[in-house]
Amino acid sequence: MYTSITNRRSFIKEMAKLSAMTAAATMFPGILFAKEQEKGLPKGVNLDWKKAPCRFCGVGCGVLVGIENGKAVAVKGDPKSSVNKGLCCVKGYHSVIAMYGKDRLTKPLVKKNGKYVTTTMDEALELIASKMKETIKNHGKDSVSIYGSGQWTIPDGYVASKLFKGCIGTNNVEANARLCMASAVTGFLTSFGMDEPMGCYDDIDHADVFVLWGNNMAEMHPVLFSRLLDQRLKKRVKIIDLATRTTRTSVAADKSILFLPQTDLALANAICYEIINNGWVNNTFVEKHCNFSKGLTNMGYGLEDKYKFNDKPEKIDFEAYKKFLEDYTPEKVAKISGVSVKDIKYLASYYGDPNKKVMSLWCMGVNQHTRGTWMNNLIYNIHLLTGKISTPGNSPFSLTGQPSACGTVREVGTLTHKLPHGVVMNEKHRELAAKIWDVPVENIDPKPTFHTVEMFRALDRGDIRFMWIQVTNPMVTIPKLKRYREGAKKEGRFIVVSDIYPTPTTDIADVILPSAMWIEREGMYGNSERLTQHFEQMVDPPGEAMSDTWQLIEIAKRMGYEKQFYYKKDTHIEEIYNEYRKHHDNNKHNLAPLAVLKENSGMHWPYVDGKPTKWRFNSKYDPACSNGETFHFYGKPDGKAVIWQRPYEPAAEAPDEAYPFWLNTGRVVEHWHTGSMTRRIPVLHKAMPKAYVELNPEDAKRMQIKNGDKVRLTTRRGQIVMPASINERGVPAPMQVFVPFFDESLLINDITLDSFCPISKEPDYKKCAVNVEKV
Amino acid sequence: MPVISYLAHPHEGKKEELIKVLANFKECEVIPAQNKNILVVVTETQTKQEEDYLKQKLDALSSLKLLAMVSGFNTPEKK
Repeated sequence: MYTSITNRRSFIKEMAKLSAMTAAATMFPGILFAKEQEKGLPKGVNLDWKKAPCRFCGVGCGVLVGIENGKAVAVKGDPKSSVNKGLCCVKGYHSVIAMYGKDRLTKPLVKKNGKYVTTTMDEALELIASKMKETIKNHGKDSVSIYGSGQWTIPDGYVASKLFKGCIGTNNVEANARLCMASAVTGFLTSFGMDEPMGCYDDIDHADVFVLWGNNMAEMHPVLFSRLLDQRLKKRVKIIDLATRTTRTSVAADKSILFLPQTDLALANAICYEIINNGWVNNTFVEKHCNFSKGLTNMGYGLEDKYKFNDKPEKIDFEAYKKFLEDYTPEKVAKISGVSVKDIKYLASYYGDPNKKVMSLWCMGVNQHTRGTWMNNLIYNIHLLTGKISTPGNSPFSLTGQPSACGTVREVGTLTHKLPHGVVMNEKHRELAAKIWDVPVENIDPKPTFHTVEMFRALDRGDIRFMWIQVTNPMVTIPKLKRYREGAKKEGRFIVVSDIYPTPTTDIADVILPSAMWIEREGMYGNSERLTQHFEQMVDPPGEAMSDTWQLIEIAKRMGYEKQFYYKKDTHIEEIYNEYRKHHDNNKHNLAPLAVLKENSGMHWPYVDGKPTKWRFNSKYDPACSNGETFHFYGKPDGKAVIWQRPYEPAAEAPDEAYPFWLNTGRVVEHWHTGSMTRRIPVLHKAMPKAYVELNPEDAKRMQIKNGDKVRLTTRRGQIVMPASINERGVPAPMQVFVPFFDESLLINDITLDSFCPISKEPDYKKCAVNVEKV
Repeated sequence: MPVISYLAHPHEGKKEELIKVLANFKECEVIPAQNKNILVVVTETQTKQEEDYLKQKLDALSSLKLLAMVSGFNTPEKK
């Protein structure tokens, strides 16, 4: 960040240009900037352009990849994609470069006497299968595990779940979406009984007001944010940024409101108080379509090993809920949150105005929260009280961070408690899965085992002895990382890592398998708005690299599950997808046939009678509604959504005398997550080569810290030294600091806290206490 | 050091004229749409005052109907 101002300016100019082109594309469908879009393409060649969803974030932009002589050489936006209408962000435009880094893994590596030696794929697979069998024999089926990702394609996650849950019989299946989306899932399930947003990106074209809850869209979802800006140009919509830190989103918004960490809980309740107190409740909607409930409180924070929590929902009535909200008057909440009474009332008035369509958008700020499930519930409460839901433009919308966090982790169900349809605890769901998987129903264990943080704790303790990690980088991302890195290195652990580049996670591996990346194999992703997208294999993977799907199939066959893993090499993706669709064969979740996915730039589910469903739970759009009313929240047995009584509770660790600052962590626009791909894209790496700590200018002045000065951050878990950044990108509020996590040479997660939401088990990466010193 | 992007809407039939005029501004990069009556204009100036002055000059162009800002970034000055 400090060495390359010139490059950063070029990058920023590129960003500004792309923002404008994206805005133009949404205003004028089909608009072409051919000269700019094809700048840099090889001259005089006739590229073969093929469609795919972008490999990076969860927005799911459609891209066209230009192929020349078996190599992907160019990317442009897919004009037929309803998501991005022909444009991409800078990461998308440069995505194919990530396939050709000079240190790409091309051969399997096995650790022998502390050194990695090259072996054949056949030998590596034999070793993995034999180690798995040996571990199960010596320590039981629950001693082996797989840890995957929201970057798994749908077939990857499906065969992983089938092998581990269906064949081996362990629920030790988790994915990194636990770290980013689990609170969204439990929020949906508790409020509506079904996962994933009821609306879609078309809501952006209909809304009058956008409220961003702790969501830096300008950097994390730039194409979607450009669509918001475009709406402002067209019809003067309002964009309100609610955050703990001033970001590019705050600057671009019409109004930026800063709240103190964790107090979003109180703020959301204050909005509900105002809605009720001012008579803005949509009484007809609430009476017909909502129930009121409360759950347990003072749940703890999951800091201790083997922590357990089960909520006990209890029905309440409207009057009890109204009474509860008396603790959240704007005046009281202003004192807790630091948000003025005027601003609380301003926010509530937009939600309460029957003539304004409101879209709430959120991502990590709400989800990575020790009360993440509650925060999701509270945003739904606001939309349910006002009836602003499931209609175009009225949309509580949880965004995702990975290309298939929804499609694979949430829909295939690669979490310990999940099955492709339903949960392991439900006998009927187990029976359905066992039938489709062709395994005895007794194979599927009715008890969930370890969620992600607990899975790494189990590896440390020795309850888990074998872990296979695919397409994710936990040795950068797990909170309180030092404990889990040391745990993974203990004697008697066997770690397999499938990836495309060396990472801190391959450093702990006993076997490294080289994976095929993105368009080097066929697959599907599912994005934030229930859009399933297919991509074909366009180029060959390098060396012996193999798709994660086929790696799993090879192991399954070696472990004796040839009958269940009958798939043929040439047609396995089609066979797997067709088998997977059987789990969702109903009008609430039916997936489009493969032929439809191949013809189109994505298709929304539920796909019923040849049509996608863009707005669920609204009988005008959703054929699954069957109660004869306008709305039907059919995920719940009584067809009603739940308004939850959820209080404000403090964070797991708050600043004190010894650690007086809040530490917040997150991402930057240049890099995708841990940077293992984007740091191999020179333009992105040069624009943002190193991590840094953002300080508030007043704090920096008082501590005599200037840009680039070395700063030591110390928490109860350890310390790290990194350069200061003041007034450069984001600006934290006083007594708060922000550090991005993309830089593997500055592992901020060594000092974060592994507290999590007791309901979702998603860690809170946004809040712990830290001391800050100039070195 | 502001970097700002705009969508520039030319008057009917004045697109080429606007492209030519904008090409003379050293602070401006122009990306015309191939099939619509609109241009993307990215400006890069040293100071806020310079940017404001440039904006005034752009607004005064007779071939320009509307200049709508899309995004603005400010980067630190090179020390």
